[in-house]
Amino acid sequence: MKHLLSIADITHLEAVSILNTATELAKVSDTPMKKLPTLRGRTIVNLFAEDSTRTRISFEAAAKRLSADVINFSSKGSSLSKGESLKDTAQTLQAMGADAVIIRHGASGAPARLAECQWMSGAVINAGDGTHEHPSQALLDAFTIRKHLGHGREDLEGLRIGIVGDVLHSRVARSNVLLLTKLGAHVTLIAPPTLLPVGVESWPVTISYDFDSALESLDAVMMLRVQLERMNELFFPNAREYSRYFGLNSARVKALHPGAIVMHPGPMNRGLEITADSADSARSVIVEQVSNGVSVRMAILYLLLAGDTSIKAGN
Amino acid sequence: MTNSLRAIILKGGTLADGSKRDVLINDGVITSVSQNLLSEGADVIDTEGLILLSGLVDLHTHLREPGREDSETVLTGSQAGVKGGYVALSAMANTSPVADTAGVVEQVFRLGKEAGLLDVFPIGAVTQGIEGKILAEIGAMADSVARVRVFSDDGNCVSDPLVMRRALEYVKKFGGVIAQHAQEPALTSGSQMNEGIVSATLGLKGWPAVAEEAIIARDVLLAEHVGSRLHICHLTTAGGVEIIRWAKARGINVTAEVTPHHLLLTDELARSYDPIFKVNPPLRTDADVIALRSGLADGTIDIVATDHAPHPGESKECEWQEAAFGMLGLEHALSIISQTMVETGLLDWAGVQNRMSIAPAVIGGYSDHGRGLEPGSPAHITVINPKAPYRVDRDNLASKSRNTPFHGMEFSAQVVATYFHGRKVFSNGRMA
Repeated sequence: MKHLLSIADITHLEAVSILNTATELAKVSDTPMKKLPTLRGRTIVNLFAEDSTRTRISFEAAAKRLSADVINFSSKGSSLSKGESLKDTAQTLQAMGADAVIIRHGASGAPARLAECQWMSGAVINAGDGTHEHPSQALLDAFTIRKHLGHGREDLEGLRIGIVGDVLHSRVARSNVLLLTKLGAHVTLIAPPTLLPVGVESWPVTISYDFDSALESLDAVMMLRVQLERMNELFFPNAREYSRYFGLNSARVKALHPGAIVMHPGPMNRGLEITADSADSARSVIVEQVSNGVSVRMAILYLLLAGDTSIKAGN
Repeated sequence: MTNSLRAIILKGGTLADGSKRDVLINDGVITSVSQNLLSEGADVIDTEGLILLSGLVDLHTHLREPGREDSETVLTGSQAGVKGGYVALSAMANTSPVADTAGVVEQVFRLGKEAGLLDVFPIGAVTQGIEGKILAEIGAMADSVARVRVFSDDGNCVSDPLVMRRALEYVKKFGGVIAQHAQEPALTSGSQMNEGIVSATLGLKGWPAVAEEAIIARDVLLAEHVGSRLHICHLTTAGGVEIIRWAKARGINVTAEVTPHHLLLTDELARSYDPIFKVNPPLRTDADVIALRSGLADGTIDIVATDHAPHPGESKECEWQEAAFGMLGLEHALSIISQTMVETGLLDWAGVQNRMSIAPAVIGGYSDHGRGLEPGSPAHITVINPKAPYRVDRDNLASKSRNTPFHGMEFSAQVVATYFHGRKVFSNGRMA
């Protein structure tokens, strides 16, 4: 595995290997030093052509804990906002000797283009591309689910996970559907029909338009962010109606079976797809997802850049 | 029109109907088609084993001049045309400035004459600036030196039903035709590729088949209502084929075209995120390709048109959603039709001649074209070797651009020579 572009490209074995490595690396974060020398002298570029705070900081923290040099390159005030093409940016990064580029981009497929066009030779890590995928988010979600519900298993066999909300525009949902089902979980997508893509019937999931009837069977419920700009695109009548049918509130949290967890990739719209008391409830692992994100991203960087061969076993 | 004073005999070639004949050309005109022709002093060209068709006519070409001479000019587009066996091209109106006045269409017409390799027939815009609001000076373009008969806002759909109705009515005055780019804009805002299984996975905004079919259905009904002539550009969906079939059965005066790329390629290619496969209308599914092929075979779809759309490198060397729509078509159209239609047994060479020469000339009103290889016809002849396998190389194109989605593909039939008014304007990989 040279790049991490899509969950579709990794095997069950590779996914488990990333999760296991993350478990090991999480221990580093608990030591006073919080640092490994593994990637000393390596240069990692955070190329964020779309605004993001948590993913960029999470990758930056992960790289720094592995002692890599990190260069941040974001849209505002950079050549990206001056109309420079992706090709020219990539060639610039190549000339500067980037060993890996972590790219967040508004265009679906931009990381794939970067990896395949030979504009640069370093590893490409997709940190979210348009409405396509967000593989590291899915890996940290799987890591979080396994930690809470895995009972010592390596994968997620038999777990029932609901993904709720704007699946149509969600890269988090696409990556999670691929990864969670790859790891043996049963995924139910819960959304109004307008926010499910045409073609979703080919996905290995169950579809439900009824959050309440799906609730009690779920081991984990993953809420998706509803972007405010969707309000005026006729996907649903208004925010109140959306919340009524597809928002997570305290009544729905109570209807979950004991032990079920509540997740959200952030940033949350409190009061829209999730109420404040649900987000802050004992079931919520939302804050923990963030800290797990650093460990999982350390594992991704470690396995891509440190030359470890274990991840290649599945190829 | 001819520089050649000597008569030419194309000897032993196979005509569209399968018969072997010699073709005698004098002063740019076919003067005899028969067996064992002898003519004192004629240049004899051996065409044994080759197929001779009435010169190909394209009803849908983007030559980009004026305005985007970095991607193509009338001259380079003409060179690409004759290399692909074409003797007539129809220059789409979405240039800069738009071909919405007599001045612009006459400029394009004149540039075609100056290039001199084939006939360039300008298509006029339906509306000013192809903005879909106010009718362009259709009458002035029709009466100009270019004698425009085909009008299209191609690139944009004439989406306002009243504007479309008026345009259809107005061109009845001189027997013109409106060539509609069928794409309901409200259903395709920001769309990137066919809406379906592949777009769902890739997270690229979908372009539903119904956005095309709804306009086709509306426009055949409008054409029926006002008794005018409608042509549907680049049909891509199985449902669209069904609507055209229904409309023709009902007696509506509608014709339709399909591009070589929609007969060969599918949306699966988008999985690469390589925008070389990004085109408007988008590549569809296998089921659509099958329906298009059978529609072309049974005549529901009247013609093949290339929608040759050159773009400079930077318009394709980028993210999919940033890239321009469009792909090259002129140079490999005949090879693709041979592969998808002839080698599959769906169409014989007479059918190819009909779909690529005779029928497009009739729709465009190009009276000097598509007249077959008959005594008295202008000597527009496309010579094909049906068994000359070659591999497409984007670095070896006559077009000024290299955005061909066929790079690396192998085809077996190849255009080996093109005659325009009896003049050899292309042969064996070299321009005349």
